[in-house]
Amino acid sequence: MERIPYLRLENITKTFPGVLANYSINLSIEKSEVHAILGENGAGKSTLMKILYGFYRPDTGNIYLDGTPVDIRSPLEASRLGIGMVFQNFMLIPAFSVVENIALALPKLNVLFKRSEMEERMAVVADRYGLSVDPRARVWQLSVGEKQRVEIVKLLLSGARMLIFDEPTSVLAPHEIEGLFQIFKNLTNDGYTILFITHKLREVMACADRVTVLRRGSVVGTVLRSDTTEQELAYMMLGEQSLHLDRSTKKPPEGRSKTVLELKGVEVSDDRGGLGLKEVSFSISSGEIVGVAGVSGNGQKELGEVVLGLRRCRAGSVLLHGNDATQWSVARILGEGVACMPEDPLVMGVAPGMTAQENMILTDRMNYFRHGGLFIDWKAVRAEVERRVENFGLPIPNLDTPVIALSGGNVQRLVFVREVARRPSLLIAYYPTRGLDLAATKMANDLLLACREAGIAVLLISEDLEELFSLSDRLIVMHRGEVVGSFKPEETDRLEVGLLMTGSKAP
Amino acid sequence: MFLFLQGVLTGAVRSETSVLYATLGETLGERAGITNLGMEGCMLMGACLGFVTMAHTDNLALSMMAAALAGGLSSLIHAFLVVTRRANQLASGLALMFFGLGVTGFIGRPYVGMKIRGLNELPIPYLSEIPFVGPILFTHDVLTYLTYLLTPLLWVFLFYTRWGLAVRAVGENRTVAYASGLRPSLIQYLAVFFGGMLAGLGGAHLSIAYTHMWVEGMTAGRGFIAVALVIFSMWHPLRGMLGTLLFGGAIAFQLQLQARGSRISPYILDMTPYLLTLAVLLLWGRTRKHAMPEGLKAVFEGVD
Amino acid sequence: MEARMRAITRVGTGQPARLIRLMGMVSFAFLAVGIFLWAFGKNPVRAYGEIFQGALGSTYGLTELLVKMTPFILCASATALPARIGLINVGAEGQLHTGALIATWGALTFGDLPRGILLPFLVILGFAGGAIWGSFSGALRTMVGLNETISTLLLNYVAVLLVEHYVHGPWKDPASFNWPFTAEFTEAARLPTFGSSRVHFGLVFALTAVVVLYLVLRKTRWGYEMRVIGDNAEAARRAGIPIGRYIVLTMFIGGGLAGLAGMAEVSAIQGRLRPGISTGFGYTGFLVSWLASHHPIGIVIMAFLLGVLALGGDMIQINLGLPYSTVNIIMALIFFIVLGSGQLKKMGA
Repeated sequence: MERIPYLRLENITKTFPGVLANYSINLSIEKSEVHAILGENGAGKSTLMKILYGFYRPDTGNIYLDGTPVDIRSPLEASRLGIGMVFQNFMLIPAFSVVENIALALPKLNVLFKRSEMEERMAVVADRYGLSVDPRARVWQLSVGEKQRVEIVKLLLSGARMLIFDEPTSVLAPHEIEGLFQIFKNLTNDGYTILFITHKLREVMACADRVTVLRRGSVVGTVLRSDTTEQELAYMMLGEQSLHLDRSTKKPPEGRSKTVLELKGVEVSDDRGGLGLKEVSFSISSGEIVGVAGVSGNGQKELGEVVLGLRRCRAGSVLLHGNDATQWSVARILGEGVACMPEDPLVMGVAPGMTAQENMILTDRMNYFRHGGLFIDWKAVRAEVERRVENFGLPIPNLDTPVIALSGGNVQRLVFVREVARRPSLLIAYYPTRGLDLAATKMANDLLLACREAGIAVLLISEDLEELFSLSDRLIVMHRGEVVGSFKPEETDRLEVGLLMTGSKAP
Repeated sequence: MFLFLQGVLTGAVRSETSVLYATLGETLGERAGITNLGMEGCMLMGACLGFVTMAHTDNLALSMMAAALAGGLSSLIHAFLVVTRRANQLASGLALMFFGLGVTGFIGRPYVGMKIRGLNELPIPYLSEIPFVGPILFTHDVLTYLTYLLTPLLWVFLFYTRWGLAVRAVGENRTVAYASGLRPSLIQYLAVFFGGMLAGLGGAHLSIAYTHMWVEGMTAGRGFIAVALVIFSMWHPLRGMLGTLLFGGAIAFQLQLQARGSRISPYILDMTPYLLTLAVLLLWGRTRKHAMPEGLKAVFEGVD
Repeated sequence: MEARMRAITRVGTGQPARLIRLMGMVSFAFLAVGIFLWAFGKNPVRAYGEIFQGALGSTYGLTELLVKMTPFILCASATALPARIGLINVGAEGQLHTGALIATWGALTFGDLPRGILLPFLVILGFAGGAIWGSFSGALRTMVGLNETISTLLLNYVAVLLVEHYVHGPWKDPASFNWPFTAEFTEAARLPTFGSSRVHFGLVFALTAVVVLYLVLRKTRWGYEMRVIGDNAEAARRAGIPIGRYIVLTMFIGGGLAGLAGMAEVSAIQGRLRPGISTGFGYTGFLVSWLASHHPIGIVIMAFLLGVLALGGDMIQINLGLPYSTVNIIMALIFFIVLGSGQLKKMGA
């Protein structure tokens, strides 16, 4: 007799205007297994999971839970069916306490609920699975790992039997990842089922029981972890294309490099009035890439903002080319050749309703001012923008389309090209490859190395340790607004950096 | 001096009642992430329809219901525009203000100048005889007494009940609320509706109890002041009561001065509530920003 | 984001289509009010007949329409300019009053100066009066982070009370039989009118303002930078655009334009300062600007439309005994409908 899988998807298809996100997906998930969904960015993993969690409804296809067909119309429905999801950007409210966040997810709560009772229930689960968090803390005070634990506790208490994790490791340090996998094990031992979405082969090999590989919205195949190898999975995931990142182009910086940026004992406030940066001192020279490792939210944002003049120093000073730039305006600092590729280009780097051409000159518009700064020479702008599009191979068909009509990846490239093309002396690059597929990642990395060769000082802020180790000439590690370590990449290893950036090891 | 102070405070409680209703209503709405500048319009609707009903039926309960419904229903237009149609909250609120002004001007015109028996003070036996505090707190009308109940009730609702938690969650982040199995749009509609009902009651207090008259545009910006006081109160009903008391105090103080034949121009004195509200926001506005429900930040800080 | 996407993709339909759609919505509002009037036992056809007859049926009506449009256009410009960087200035009403107040001070104090000096001086004073009031709210926004919508609303009441204070008190004309009027302006302080009509020089200010606004927004570097701020303030800040300066400046100029409306009102129409110089011009101007998506040309069209309505409001008041607020209801309904249609999410120019 055939065993009925815990969850079965049958011919699931989902399209968005112009995009086929999932095509005829068939998938079976057994009870108490860790089932990994592996795929590149854009392979359709997230769409599939959002269908399971009731955020989207499939165009066609059926979902069976324990053999009975179910219609998951909303997250509420999903949680009634025992399906819970840990999102990449957590579904927590920062201003609420941990208890309040958990109470929010519990369907059967008394109208007047007791906080102490909630705390007791939390403690029980926390002890059993190693998920302890201070129930009274406000969520914004927690570390990323702690937030993840809150999410898990929340789902367990709300009665979830299957937990979906969307790229749960992307924000964790190496030792925290091991902790998470241990939690997976504890949970499956108790009969919970784990669905683990990722694009990292190594992690799949480390924790999954079975793996389903997605490519371009379709299932390539499902294999047992014990029957496969990293190479085989990579082949399934990427298909014919075999991309190897060539990081060997790195050359030692030239001898006569000059200091471009120097920070001396810089302290700034964060958005909540606390200390965002604490006595930060370091310098970057031309033709050098300095990588900043750290879990996001540990001062990276403030670091870029203080250099750009967007945030004022409480103490200390910022020197550009040896001149004290602490009190300079943003416009002046940009004029002195500082460029920035921000964390979220669409939100921080462009005016989405304006055209690609208008956006292309946003940060060096002063070069096209005419008649005493009254008018802009749009003819000259056109010529320059066309040159940039040509030189950098930007896939923008029409310069007069509003930027919002471009894909996220293209907006990112547009901003990157804009900042590089104006020949800065210092480039602050935030997560330059976040969300890009392998091919685009390689392009971005090559561009950074080209900047370095052209003598640009690069401050590379990233969460991807692999990227940091392979690109940086020097690494600094940040934790809670402090520089807790400064190394040459070859002097250290990922574990040490990981421990430092989570504060698990004293500097 | 003692009598003067007692007079000012008693007057403060009486004249703050209408603003307090609107402040409570606005607190509820903003906690769910919806600003409603149309509180001004809702108050006018309540003031007018409450008065008209009272003039015809002389039935207090019926008038209250009419006022609350008028405020609540008209605020539903705002809810539809901003929740369903995603219109600009501030602009839509102002449209509601114009609407209230127009409709009440039309409906209320035959009633201008009419005097009604209205709602009178009802001193509570024994309690009102407590020296100093008694007259200040317990010589008012039923609608004022009702705020003594409603304010703490809203506080408990918001911070100690599951429903309040849901309202606040929606105000912080709709997506998170939705992922938690809530229905954000429904919750916002309800919050705006009940907020509008409260504003309607506040308006009714103004026409039925405070002045016993209907005058076109009689709320004179009280709805806007309520919105400002909500910021001052950090979206907290109890502090909201404190804020409105300050506002009421300013009015009462000015009235007392005028009654005593002060030489200061009455027009300058009339400015006090507006200037006081501005001053309060100036002094405490920025430090209180952090308490703002996350969902409102896009509304108030479009440019910064 | 999705809403934004939709708004952007809709741009392609072009201006004429937009105008037609807008007209459709306006007719819908008229229909709704018609039903409302009918429910209250009034004849809507007759009411609308009066409204349009009043404004468009005679030369007198047409000149009066231009008189009404003047403050509407100026106050709409006062709303539109700050709106281009995302500010909501509801303070045109107050700025109009302070403009009138300061101009009156000039007229009363320097009434003996020759006209060629006095009038330009009064224009500057009127502008300054509104500009200071407006930029005050702008400064509060940049320096203390106080939302400009709230501050301009509150300051409206203060400005109106200031005018009341002066006309009831220090500036009251002893010869006015205790009416709250200032003394009449000297002939030198009167803004010229055209021919025998009441159409005055303020109309020239208004049209100039619209044209200049159009050119600045469309052609200059400031227009470019303002569009960036309006579209994405965070990106503007990071590109070194001085947002704070733009906030104060747009509120200064906007307030000044509303102040001009106030100056023209006392100097050309009333010839003295008295309470009620504005019957909600500032608020109507606000509506005009929003209905026109803050587009200078659209402002003229919408000012025309609301001018017809406002004039008609006077007519139905006189001829049908319908309150003026009928017109306010029509305006509010148009605003509701336009807001609900998502028309305002994008901007022209």
